[in-house]
Amino acid sequence: MFCGCRVEFGAAPNSHTCPTCLGLPGALPVMNHEALRLTVLTGLMLGCDIAPLSKFDRKSYFYPDMPKNYQISQYDLPLCANGSVPLHDLAYPKDAQKKIATPEKEVPLVRIHLEEDVAKSFHLENNTAIDFNRAGTPLMEIVSQPEINSPEEAFAFLTALKQILIYGAVSDADMEKGQLRCDCNISVRPAAQQELGAKIEIKNMNSISAVRRALTYEVERQTEALARGEKLEQETRGWDDGAGKTFLMRTKESAHDYRYFAEPDLVPVKTESLLEEVRARLPELPRAKRARFVEQYGVSVYDAAVLAHDLALAAFFEAAAKGARKPKSVANWILNDLQSALAGAGRAIGDCPISPAALDELVNLIESGKISGKQAKEVFSEMFASGKSAAAIVSEKGIEQLNDPTEIETLCEQVIAANPKPVADFRGGNSASLNFLKGQVLKLSKGKANPALVGEILERQLKT
Amino acid sequence: MTASDLPALNIAELRDLLGRREVSPRAVLEALQSRIAEIDPQIDAYLSIDFDAALEEAARADVTLPLGGVPIAIKDIISVAGQPCTCASKILRNYRAPYDATVVRKLKAAGAIPFGKTNMDEFAMGSSTENSSVKPTRNPWDISRVSGGSSGGSAAAVAADAAFGALGTDTGGSIRQPASLSGVVGFKPSYGRVSRFGLVAFASSFDQAGPLTKTVSDAALLMNAMAGHDPLDSTCLNEAVPDYTANLGRDLRGIRLGLAQEYMIAGVDPKVRAAVDAAVAHFESLGAEIVAVSLPHTEYAVATYYILATAEASANLARFDGVRYGHRAENTRNLFEHYGRTREEGFGPEVKRRIILGTYVLSSGYYEAYYARAQKVRELVRQDFARAFEQVDALVSPTSPVPAFPLGERSVDPLQMYLADIFTIAANLAGICGISLPCGFAQTEDGAQLPIGLQLLGAALDEARILQIAHAYEQSTDWHKKRPPLVANVQRPTRKE
Repeated sequence: MFCGCRVEFGAAPNSHTCPTCLGLPGALPVMNHEALRLTVLTGLMLGCDIAPLSKFDRKSYFYPDMPKNYQISQYDLPLCANGSVPLHDLAYPKDAQKKIATPEKEVPLVRIHLEEDVAKSFHLENNTAIDFNRAGTPLMEIVSQPEINSPEEAFAFLTALKQILIYGAVSDADMEKGQLRCDCNISVRPAAQQELGAKIEIKNMNSISAVRRALTYEVERQTEALARGEKLEQETRGWDDGAGKTFLMRTKESAHDYRYFAEPDLVPVKTESLLEEVRARLPELPRAKRARFVEQYGVSVYDAAVLAHDLALAAFFEAAAKGARKPKSVANWILNDLQSALAGAGRAIGDCPISPAALDELVNLIESGKISGKQAKEVFSEMFASGKSAAAIVSEKGIEQLNDPTEIETLCEQVIAANPKPVADFRGGNSASLNFLKGQVLKLSKGKANPALVGEILERQLKT
Repeated sequence: MTASDLPALNIAELRDLLGRREVSPRAVLEALQSRIAEIDPQIDAYLSIDFDAALEEAARADVTLPLGGVPIAIKDIISVAGQPCTCASKILRNYRAPYDATVVRKLKAAGAIPFGKTNMDEFAMGSSTENSSVKPTRNPWDISRVSGGSSGGSAAAVAADAAFGALGTDTGGSIRQPASLSGVVGFKPSYGRVSRFGLVAFASSFDQAGPLTKTVSDAALLMNAMAGHDPLDSTCLNEAVPDYTANLGRDLRGIRLGLAQEYMIAGVDPKVRAAVDAAVAHFESLGAEIVAVSLPHTEYAVATYYILATAEASANLARFDGVRYGHRAENTRNLFEHYGRTREEGFGPEVKRRIILGTYVLSSGYYEAYYARAQKVRELVRQDFARAFEQVDALVSPTSPVPAFPLGERSVDPLQMYLADIFTIAANLAGICGISLPCGFAQTEDGAQLPIGLQLLGAALDEARILQIAHAYEQSTDWHKKRPPLVANVQRPTRKE
């Protein structure tokens, strides 16, 4: 945040440090303007008010992971205030998507500020080791209003927020890599009570689903405690994911007096000069993208949501659908065959062996009747395995749809002659027999015959 | 000229010889080394000296550079790569700076050779250098007296010809006051004129590094090398640096000097008052106009300073915790005890006093009454000066209300010590520039001559004018030519100025 050290996950301990992030005597902080821009960008994406004048403050407390024993943070003039995170169905956990209490909810925010991260402590058997690589990494703190009403909503809040951060290229927001961290404040109260219960903070969750588990546990623990007549006090608890339990870390009595005061080593920040540049970087947000996919490509609301849920998937779809005759089919291929093939191969969309253009070509072959849907599945598998184009596979394997009516007439005649019983059934009024006969013709053509044409010709022959 | 005459030269004279290759950087260093060996045991100006490293630099020195081959002493609060940087504190006794402060880098780039670190009050907190955890520095004019502080080592070294010039830092008067008490020139640049990167922070919004020299023109020479923007210090101003020697020698016609009525206070030694009055009369004879001005918030300056500077210090000094470097208490049982004992053992009483004071004024419940209010007063003090500088080019006052006082006299009473900074402290609150230069002597009962310093304060970034006015005074008086008795046996060569 205030030095030029690289940020790299998994680097050798203390390999990315300098006098400033080690807090050596005499070293001074220098503002990271890109971090300022990304925070303002996040503020704009979330509809926050951007402070025209913002400043940094020193937050004092002693801990070995704090190189200076004060953290440069923002106290009374944060970069962003207000704003909200819009939730959407797919942001909820899968098992909770059917019973969302308040669809289209927006969780209001209090503020977003910027600060420097602290180092990482490793508690060994007899001592503690400290890795200062992380010390000084820019850290954006987003504080929501206490208006999240269930662990599932908290899950949706984090998922939707993460999605927006990825959309803005602000962060990869991977909780397991510590790129997104979350402290939850949770309280319970009797249904009739207006004021909030005692605020209990939970730390140490390293995935969004762990946040949900920790909160579910806490709701139960606090509710039971109140039911037993206990009085809950403000405290900080840790989450033990293995044990599935929270444990007490500290009570309010040990709360710090941080003695905030304006950081004299930095000058206040005027955001006006940043705003124009940041506005130019504003991306289309998930909600707008979903709406546009429905509007522009005619995909279903649900499909649009699934596509827009993953920025890389949305980009893939858009690239394939742009020139497509039937973008809806492109969407179907992506959401069904491509997604499951990727899942089966354990690959991400960014690592897909089929390019958007290649997928579009495949869909065009189907739409123009060159190959059948069944053939297309075969071609798709081959494309995914070899990376070859659909046209190349079709010509290599001689896969081509049989569209010649004369040839199909002959095939139909053969099948009618070989299946007197189903033919009699059909003529007796059992229309379901037609499907059986149609299947026989396709089988005889080794799957090459155009199914629509086969159905048409068969019906005509049977009725004469 | 013999080698033993060299240390008595000022920087301009030395540069003259070096530039004409009449003397080598190595010969200069060796002469200085023997001078220090002879005199430093009597004054204790230095904490560490690395002549071997300096000789290596001397061998490479480019004598065509503005300061090529000039050895410079550095206050031990400024980082010089590879050298100790202890701030005269036990807590940093074994710490060596792994990097150069920007001012040191700039001085080196101009050819100067930093060779040793000078004594000081621990973390620059004090006005007598008695708060050094190592030893007090003695005044070359009377070794039973202090050399001032906190840059007392730098001032004494220059006064005793044990340095050609030195760097100090000034947070509340720490360059000007020891310069005054030791009879040398001390220059405090405007806040933001010189980079603070590499200065161990005492009070970040007050600290400035500056030169202590034998003459005003030497101060200008060093400022030419030190001043200017530094991307590593966000508070360092991105303003063009003029040639500070360009205006030296201009007369004082049209210059208006202000006398602040608030500075006519009781408690100023009559000999100091007489010397400053005489200096004012002398300025008039040089053509300057004397104007009465008012700095109405002066009486709050010391209190305001001790709230704001200690608040900043309490955070700045938090990093000395024995976790990454410096003194670490042994056999501690837990983290709390580690912090407590490390800092209890590592810091001296004055530093502890200021950390406690600073922590208190920032504490929840007291912040508004002390810190927030002091910030407002600081702004009023700033406005006082801004108004004064609409009327005058510089303000004239004593630097210190008293000449050098005996060792031990004031160290028992911190409040008395704080009042020693009464004329200097407001300049740091306002971020303006100032200089102290010799303007007379006070004779003690036992016959010692104690230097008296004249302070000139100028508007922010008006360094060139302050140096011009100071230079005109200096060059028309003889005060700066007087040498302390300790160096009387050294023959001073004829000046070339």
